Parts: sequence; C-alpha cells; structure tokens
Amino acid sequence: MFGLGKTREPENLDVLMTCKACAEQTTYGTLLQNAMVCPSCGAYMRMRARERIDLIMDEGSFSEMDKGLKSKNILSFPEYDEKIQKAMETSGENEAVVCGIGSIEGVKTAIFVMDSHFMMGSMGTVVGEKITRLFERALKDALPVIGFTTSGGARMQEGMFSLMQMAKVSGAVKRHSDAGLLYIAVLTDPTTGGVTASFAMEADITVAEPNALVGFAGQRVIEQTTGQKLPEGFQRSEFLLKHGFVDLIEERKKLKYTLSKILKLHR
Amino acid sequence: MKAYERVMQARNSHRAMGLFYIQRLLSNFVEMHGDRRYSDDGAIVGGIGLLNDMPVTIIAMERGSTVEERVKRNFGCPSPEGYRKALRLMKQAEKFHRPVICLIDTSGAYCGIGAEERGQGQAIAENLMEMMTLKTPVLSVVIGEGGSGGALALGVADSVIMLENAVYSVISPEGCASILWKDASKAAEAAEVLKITAHDLKKRGIIETVIPEENRTNEEICDDLKAELLKRLEKSAKLPVSKLLEERYNRYRKIGL
Repeated sequence: MFGLGKTREPENLDVLMTCKACAEQTTYGTLLQNAMVCPSCGAYMRMRARERIDLIMDEGSFSEMDKGLKSKNILSFPEYDEKIQKAMETSGENEAVVCGIGSIEGVKTAIFVMDSHFMMGSMGTVVGEKITRLFERALKDALPVIGFTTSGGARMQEGMFSLMQMAKVSGAVKRHSDAGLLYIAVLTDPTTGGVTASFAMEADITVAEPNALVGFAGQRVIEQTTGQKLPEGFQRSEFLLKHGFVDLIEERKKLKYTLSKILKLHR
Repeated sequence: MKAYERVMQARNSHRAMGLFYIQRLLSNFVEMHGDRRYSDDGAIVGGIGLLNDMPVTIIAMERGSTVEERVKRNFGCPSPEGYRKALRLMKQAEKFHRPVICLIDTSGAYCGIGAEERGQGQAIAENLMEMMTLKTPVLSVVIGEGGSGGALALGVADSVIMLENAVYSVISPEGCASILWKDASKAAEAAEVLKITAHDLKKRGIIETVIPEENRTNEEICDDLKAELLKRLEKSAKLPVSKLLEERYNRYRKIGL
C-alpha cells in the first residue's frame, strides 16, 4: 500500500513514504511506530519479515534459523539468477521467508514470516526447506508454530521443484499436528496460489489481517475463465470469514496480544 | 519430441482419459458419488474395483471426450467438492485396507467464484496433509496434463508414474510465457525451460517411472501401466505401515535440497 523504503537502517527513519490508499506522506519512523499502518487513513502496509518479527516477538528473544540458505538456479531458468540477486538487494534478505525461535509474551514459539518484498514471497525449494526445517525443529522441541503467510504462490523459476515443496511442507505440518502441537497461521496480504493451497490453510487456528487478499486463483484468471464480474470484497479476509475459512480477523496492533492469548490457552 | 509437442499430446481430446483407464484396469468397478458436504463433482470419478483379484480404490480426473461429457466433467477442472470426494474415498480405502490409485489429468483446479467461496485452496491443502499419512499404499499416475496444485491434490503418493506423453508442471507453459516474456505465444519455449516432460522429471527424481507410449496402442499402454501398478503394490504390501509412511514422507522431504 506504500512506496517502499529501501532498508530499515536507522538513518532511513526520516525517509518519507507515500500511502497508496490516501496519498498522505509519512516518515518510515512514524510508520514503524504505528505498526506500518497509515496514520491518516488506516491502510495496512505490506510488512517486511523483520518488521513483523520486531512487532510480534519479545525484544531480543528471536534467534534465526537457516539464514544462510540461498536459492540456486537448478533449472538454469532464464533471468532467474538476476531476479534472485535483485530480490536480495531490494529486500535485504537471502530468501522470501525468515524462520526462527523466540518468545511471545514469554511463551517460547517457533515462527516463520514470509516477505513479499522478495520475489512476491514466492515459494521455491529454499522457502519450502526452511519452513519444513522449522516444523521439524518445533516437533523435536515440542514448540507451537506461528506462521505469517504472504505469497504469490509456487515459484515458477524452479518448476516442479517448487510445486513439490507444497507436499513437503504439508508433510512436516502433519507430523507436527499429529504430535498434538499447535500451529497458528496468520494470513496477510496477499496470500495466493500454492501457499494458500498448502500450509496457509493447514493450521489449527487461522487468523487473518483485515482486508488481506487470500485466495487460490488469481482474480484476473477467474474473470477471464468465467467471464463474470467479481463481487465486491471477493477473496478478502472478511469474505473468507463469511465463508468459514478463517477463525478470526484481528487488527495488526492487537495481533501480538491475541496470539499470546491463544498460545497461553494451549500451555 | 519437443516438450510442447508432448503438451499438445497430453491435451489432445482423442487421448485416452480417466474413464478409459478405470474400465480397462479394473473389473467389477462400482462408482461412488459425492463429497457428503456439498455436491458431486463430475471432474473427479471415484470408486472401487478389482485390479486382478485385489480390491482397490481408484480416483481419476476425467476431462470428457464429447462436448456433453466435457460440460458434465467441467473440462476436467475439479472444484473443492471434487477434492473432498477424493479424500472421502481415500479415507474409506484406509478403513478397508485397500490401496489407492489416483489418475491425474487436469489443466488445473477450477478457477471460479464458487470454487473460491467453497475453499479451493483449503480443499487441496487438506488432501496434501491427509494423503501424506494415509495408512494404505497410494500410487499416482499422470495420464495427461498435470496442472499445478490442482494435480498435486491427487499426487502425494508412495510412487508417481507418468505416461511418456503426459506433462506435469507448476504453471501452464502459456501462463509462464506471458509472465516471463509478456507473450503467451512463446509457450513452446516456456515448456522447454520448465522441464515438464516425464523423462525430464524422472531424471530429476520428481517421479519414479515413465510408461512408454511410442508405437503403443492405448490398450497396450494401459496394460503396461497395470503391470507397473501391480508390481509396486506387491512391494508396498510387504512393508509395515510405519515404514510405508516413513518412505512416503522422505520421498518429498528430499526434493529440493
């Protein structure tokens, strides 16, 4: 919803960012203080993984896993090396998901946070591997998992290797679940395609941010396939709530409190 | 043969489809309908029958070979109720200790308003999770087009077999070309780079077996497939369930890194 600040270096806190919903300009520092919500119109900015971790996890509690894993161009797919390089520069991350262990109001939990600033949060083998390892670690240590999803779906550039990650992660989610452990998914804007058709929809408790786009098929594809005009609010969180596919919608600023409340009810 | 020629073969309306394979593979087939939640999806045909003398559950996507059939089958694009019917029949197979055979042939899960309202993503996701721990052997065969998540929803198995002219892809070559080069007419080039043919996928460890098609009749192809299914089922029948599930998990666990 906003123009992007390049990094989260402290010197950039004064950078002005423009809200795409109301065109109001706000400094990055003010936005951070406000959980990346536009102070004038209330629109939600797509958060970077580390901004989210700062917002949700207890200060200094987060310890990252598998930070060094980087994608390889396994199919020698055209322009993929350049795309990865560019995504690493603009996002400041090695891949589209950040995983680790930390605590939320004192409750130790495993967490993964996807980042749409890295190739639209698309899932290739590294994203699949990191999330799988997180669930396996959480199973071993008997920890709950909280996962923030945002993704354009499976990553085209890794072909069938990407599609298979849907099955791989689902297997790890199932083992974690069968051990009686808790998984909470938080759906954020946008969550689509192969991520919606796998671990975004496999949680015990599914929370969504307001007005997040969540669906399987892309809206343009649906319009082209059916020739129908899409109803107002189609594939938004409120639509999913109405149709029975999310447990609750929570405001970003109350998320930490709500997540901790749910975690504490499972101790 | 070029990858895109195989795509054309896989989509050919004269190609043998799910119902042909069900009828030739099995005797005493009894079809079962409905997901017990919402409706019955014509794009997925499921039921029980005998593979030689072994009762099996078979679940097939069917595109339809006549205009009326295609409409009835929604051109082989399953809706959430189709995936839920499939899962219901898989659970039934688990209960009665029958192996499950899935036949995949779809351009993709249906892209429609109703499909989204009824949770297309959730239906596929649930199948991926449940198939991973289904306590009975599961074999999947891509007989035509394996279109992304909508195909994978019947594709979590102990082994995945492909017919030689079948394709299996994360995105259609046309979709890939229009994203990559803003030009859907470059689909043939996209088909090459995506590595979607049976031979390409076998080489990369995504599938186990390719059933040859060249100079073979549909009947011969089906009989070869039947022999392959029997061989694999015989092998899994010897495994304790815990070992079967361990191997199924590891089959996917090792893909990628």
